[in-house]
Amino acid sequence: MSVTPNDVRHVARLARVGLTEARIPSLVNELNGILAHMDVLQQVDIRGVAEAAAEVSAPLRDDALPSDTLQRARETFAPASRDGFFLVPRLATHGALGASASEEA
Amino acid sequence: MTTETITHGWELVIGLEVHCQLKTRSKIFCGCATSFGDAPNANTCPVCLGLPGALPVLNAHAVELATRASLALGCTVHDTSIFARKNYFYPDLPKGYQISQFDRPLATAGAIAVGVQPDGTPRVIRVHRVHMEEDAGKSVHDRFADMSAIDLNRAGTPLVEIVSEPDIRSAAEAGAYARRMKQMLEYADVSDANMEEGSLRVDVNISIRRHGDAALGTKTEIKNLNSFSAIERAVEIEFVRQCRVLTEGGVVEQQTMLYDDKRNEVRPARSKEGSHDYRYFPDPDLPPLRLSASFVAQQAEALPELPPARRSRMLVQYGLPENDVEQLLATRELADRFEAVASASGDAKRAANWMLGPLLASVNASGLALSAHPVSVARLAALIRLEVAGEVSNTAARQLFTMLEQQDGEPLELARAAGLLQVRDDGALVGWIDEVLAENPAEAARFLGGEQKLQGVLVGLVMKKSKGSADPKKVNQLLAARAG
Amino acid sequence: MSDPVWLDRLRAHTVDEAWRTYDAVQAGPEGLNAFLSVDRSARGAETGRLAGIPVAVKDNLATLGLPTTCASRVLAGYVSPFEATAVRRLREAGAAVIGKTNMDEFAMGSSNENSAFGPVRNPLDRERVPGGSSGGSAAAVASGVVRIALGSETGGSVRQPAAFCGIVGIKPTYGRVSRYGLVAYASSLDNVGVFGASVAEAALGLEIIAGHDRFDATSAAVAVPDLTAAMSAVNEGRPLAGLVIGRPVEYFPATLDARIAAHCERALQQLRELGAEVRDVSLPSTDLAIPVYYIIAPAEASSNLARYDGVRFGVRATADDLGAMYERTRSGGFGDEVTRRILLGTYVLSAGYYDAYYRRAQAVRTLIAQEFAQVFASGVHVLFTPTAPTTAFRLGEVSDPYEMYLSDIFTVTANLAGVPAMSQPIGTVDGLPVGGQLMAPHFGEATMLRVAAALEHAQRAERMS
Repeated sequence: MSVTPNDVRHVARLARVGLTEARIPSLVNELNGILAHMDVLQQVDIRGVAEAAAEVSAPLRDDALPSDTLQRARETFAPASRDGFFLVPRLATHGALGASASEEA
Repeated sequence: MTTETITHGWELVIGLEVHCQLKTRSKIFCGCATSFGDAPNANTCPVCLGLPGALPVLNAHAVELATRASLALGCTVHDTSIFARKNYFYPDLPKGYQISQFDRPLATAGAIAVGVQPDGTPRVIRVHRVHMEEDAGKSVHDRFADMSAIDLNRAGTPLVEIVSEPDIRSAAEAGAYARRMKQMLEYADVSDANMEEGSLRVDVNISIRRHGDAALGTKTEIKNLNSFSAIERAVEIEFVRQCRVLTEGGVVEQQTMLYDDKRNEVRPARSKEGSHDYRYFPDPDLPPLRLSASFVAQQAEALPELPPARRSRMLVQYGLPENDVEQLLATRELADRFEAVASASGDAKRAANWMLGPLLASVNASGLALSAHPVSVARLAALIRLEVAGEVSNTAARQLFTMLEQQDGEPLELARAAGLLQVRDDGALVGWIDEVLAENPAEAARFLGGEQKLQGVLVGLVMKKSKGSADPKKVNQLLAARAG
Repeated sequence: MSDPVWLDRLRAHTVDEAWRTYDAVQAGPEGLNAFLSVDRSARGAETGRLAGIPVAVKDNLATLGLPTTCASRVLAGYVSPFEATAVRRLREAGAAVIGKTNMDEFAMGSSNENSAFGPVRNPLDRERVPGGSSGGSAAAVASGVVRIALGSETGGSVRQPAAFCGIVGIKPTYGRVSRYGLVAYASSLDNVGVFGASVAEAALGLEIIAGHDRFDATSAAVAVPDLTAAMSAVNEGRPLAGLVIGRPVEYFPATLDARIAAHCERALQQLRELGAEVRDVSLPSTDLAIPVYYIIAPAEASSNLARYDGVRFGVRATADDLGAMYERTRSGGFGDEVTRRILLGTYVLSAGYYDAYYRRAQAVRTLIAQEFAQVFASGVHVLFTPTAPTTAFRLGEVSDPYEMYLSDIFTVTANLAGVPAMSQPIGTVDGLPVGGQLMAPHFGEATMLRVAAALEHAQRAERMS
């Protein structure tokens, strides 16, 4: 499996890391170089490998227990806030419908 | 072209995805309160803010309620399920991923009955899966110019996502499924399940195909549906659109649509930037959720009586017509109230009539919640007991009900003060009968001579003389006895 | 009974001592650059096992007063509104947190050359790297500013710098120390680790921070044993009699630097003289560890670092629309290695590649962990290996990413298997320290430290003779 420049562009988009075109070629080389070392894993026989240890299970928290408090107000670490909200620039394609546009995702 | 022509020959195939907020005190992965309506971001902590170094810890009660919801829907609850990260970027998604469940969900393979088929068998819609996940926060776009305001109070609220199989075949059926789902979740006491408040959200997946085809067509997804009728309207609109597209030789594009309630339109959502690759993988911060058989059994025990069982029991216990029982089951609150009134008054039929008629009308008109309505269980039951005992006539009872809506006080006292109590004292009744006979000698003579049909007229005159307070049954008895 | 010598020595190194040393070693163009922020007012408390003792904390552990930057521009100036459990436990034991130490950005690196705020220099040779990613904490201890420091480990980021700087570094069992407040790099591999000027001091630090925490669902509900009890025992007779030390042959390849190998064999001989049996064992999947690690760690990292978007905290780039804000914040905020690993991680998780890469790597990881379990179940109590294949290399010497990754070749296995492991000095080559690594079964820190203490005593005795 070989990484192409379009793969790098696609993955950079997914990860929102904003690459300049100039960086693409070297990243293609670097990623291919690294992934070439991973090919050895394709030869390993993984049939019958059991899942995670059976005794490990998610601990359950009592509904009544409080959360860890913030020792400092949100305004001290928020890049932009007003009236208690976090502010962000509008999403360019955003419509007016939907109270939570994450429901559009 | 009429709608019928356009849709002719096309089969509608619908699946519903329901997101239901569980009514825990705290969020799914942290101890912040889930309460509604507080100041923006008041209920946040490092975990639900997604601050560097924060970690999720699963809420035991959310697991209990999710398990109960799954059991209520007839699902198989799995002894091992796994939380997975669904990765995407949005400002109301603090970590840049949502903790959900992917290929190892909490429960699978359930079903819910939405009605009866022509042949009398139940019409059943299958539930494909139920899984647990966290809710995102809220974005408000119109409060500040050029900026969106993010409130993370809702981020981390526990949700169950309930996905149906694509078994639904009409808009009406989609509405019925949604209504039955809400009813089931409410009866199971796992959620407020209120579409208007957002504790129940419904998305519709819709495609069409030729009757007889086994393969599924390309589906679109409709979001932003805020009521059951919106679901039905949106389905109708999209069904017609897809039929028109395919009939004209076009292709249905897979896309997300939004329903605009004001304009009654279904439009493509504009925020799609290519397909999403959520890159699901098991969340390394949460070990697998392992549930013992005894835990699941305990949750089954803890389930309140669900609509199917309650329906059967109420039909037998109260001998009411099916339609009445169906209406009384509409919400658990109504059903509970009915049974309380029936029990306290001793007359289920009357209780049903009063609740389905005057009480619901009054509740709707007043805009009050049933629990806040002034005609309480105790007072309504007392009114009914007065009616049963013959202390008030039917007409007087209606007047008394109106008084209960407007005033405090016990029904008996209010009735007495307003002169609504039926007079059944023989002495008083005989007095009035004597007066009427004396005042109407010709009719009296004919009646006493054997013309029974005059009894009604004479009873009416006695009622008038008593200003309606005479007990008509007794008056009839006494008059009949007079005739010999 | 009076306190042991090591404890007296620890207590004698006061906060004032720390500042004197700090001013000496940080100064000038060849200053160590081990610290990113300091708190000159920190005094600690008057009571507690670490009362008044100066400690340093790696800058990926959340602290309340000092910033937590993870050596990244994206978190420049960020002061956490909550505290890491490990840090809180140190403070509650009375320690004075005098500063936050430099590191490879978001803990990704093996040389501390990936910091956005300049590299750290090795105190023993200022032209060389201290190792990474916890290079700053290692340098802080090796230079004598503090005797105990916290670091973090995902693939060897405490042990390898400990080896390069000639000090002790412990990675506990996964789940032994709460990760609440440790900024996540790869959640299934991350550990809070401890550096110490000696085995006893590192053990004390670990004992204080270890233990179950309700805020970390991967935190183990296992009691913390007394880890310092064995420290005072004098090496009389054969204190390790009855113990079996495993020597995994895959960690001693023919290509291993002969002088490093010689130091390891000398250490094994000392362990025999202390009464232990040394037995050759095999961990056949060792050579798969680096590929497995460099699929799993970047994958988890790509998800863990999605939260650095400028919305709720940290640095935000100016932009008129949200999409541009995300991209500018992240491209401007992340360094090259972090960007590389995010891209790699996103790729191996993406549609079409998940099964071939991520799922397969997790399966091989399970094989690796099973091999460790089998070896320990066969009667071996502790494993001994070299910590790193080289001594500290020069700043700028290693530029190929994969070559840098190979520096972790002996350390990543313990992170993949979740077992406790540690490094301690076992000699020098051309004046540069060499580290020897011990590994033990899950929650076997007490035995591991017992062996480490005995070996340290023997090494010291040999040096003095």
